[in-house]
Amino acid sequence: MDFRSSDTITGPRSEDVLPTTATAAVKVVIVGGFGVGKTTMVGSVSEIRPLTTEETMTQAGVGVDDNAGVESKTSTTVAMDFGRISLSEELILYLFGTPGQERFWFLWNGLFEGALGAVVLLDTRRLQVSFDVIGRLEERGVPFVVAVNTFPDAPNHPVEALRNALDLPEEVPIIDCDARLRTSSRDVLMTLMRYLHSLAVPFA
Amino acid sequence: MSAPRRERRKADPALSDPERLYVITGDTDGERAALDLVTMVVAQAEPSPTVQPEQAAILRLCRAPLSVAEISAYLSLPFSVVTSLLTELLATELIESRAPIVRAALPDRSLLEAVMHGLQKL
Ligand SMILES: Nc1nc2c(ncn2[C@@H]2O[C@H](COP(=O)(O)OP(=O)(O)O)[C@@H](O)[C@H]2O)c(=O)[nH]1
Ligand SMILES: [Mg+2]
Repeated sequence: MDFRSSDTITGPRSEDVLPTTATAAVKVVIVGGFGVGKTTMVGSVSEIRPLTTEETMTQAGVGVDDNAGVESKTSTTVAMDFGRISLSEELILYLFGTPGQERFWFLWNGLFEGALGAVVLLDTRRLQVSFDVIGRLEERGVPFVVAVNTFPDAPNHPVEALRNALDLPEEVPIIDCDARLRTSSRDVLMTLMRYLHSLAVPFA
Repeated sequence: MSAPRRERRKADPALSDPERLYVITGDTDGERAALDLVTMVVAQAEPSPTVQPEQAAILRLCRAPLSVAEISAYLSLPFSVVTSLLTELLATELIESRAPIVRAALPDRSLLEAVMHGLQKL
């Protein structure tokens, strides 16, 4: 593995350095198909220029091997964009935009397990792309809201038609957003937090 | 809408996902500390000549708190490589780490209120 000599490493810009009190972090994951606006959403609300982290996944040989003794292994590098919002001097929110190949999203250990919740970004031109990821979030018990990105040429389905097509229960919020706008992306996160809050008060 | 309809799935605590065959690459013999992407790391010392260059770089980056994800991004190293490096630094007490606040079965309302309060100021 190459390691750049440490004088070529650029750390955070001085204005991006966190105060020493910043010790509590939470995370939210943004999922959705390729080109749906995940990176755009991370970038529009992040206080830092979005960064990229990566992980290498190895698939061990699966199933019956024709050539006994020959072990097949394939490696894939999965990269994720992320951004940061300082909520207070102590509390920091990290936003992760998952990579394009959905089968890898759930393999990154701990990515979803620890997240407060998820945002499913929806492209109404390609609804089916989201079916699998919504199912996986349900299976893992990760609470999520659905944000419909408003692309100019996208069909404008009424919310109830979308809810029906996605087979989502009444309580799961479905909202419109423009991922390019900070206020709109912020509102999506607010909707997620309000939804999580409502789950914390089962009999309210 | 004439588009295909999704079918709802049940929460499955005992997920037997065949894709679990994919594992994180990295040294399998070395113990790795349970570090999350958003575990916050702070250096406790200046780099000494005895630490590896990668670890010296981490100590310099973490003079102020930084998440493991940010360390991975700035060093252009995969997450699992960074957690291995951090595990050694933790063992020798050259860094301190703070685990993130993770989702609990019953969400913490005061935490969510603090998040909403912070978002409101954006
Ligand atoms: N009209 C419109 N375009 C968007 C929106 N969000 C993203 N885009 C555009 O869609 C393209 C893909 O967005 P990107 O964030 O890279 O998608 P990703 O693959 O999910 O990360 C970019 O050219 C964005 O400018 C949106 O809310 N409205
Ligand atoms: Mg992207």
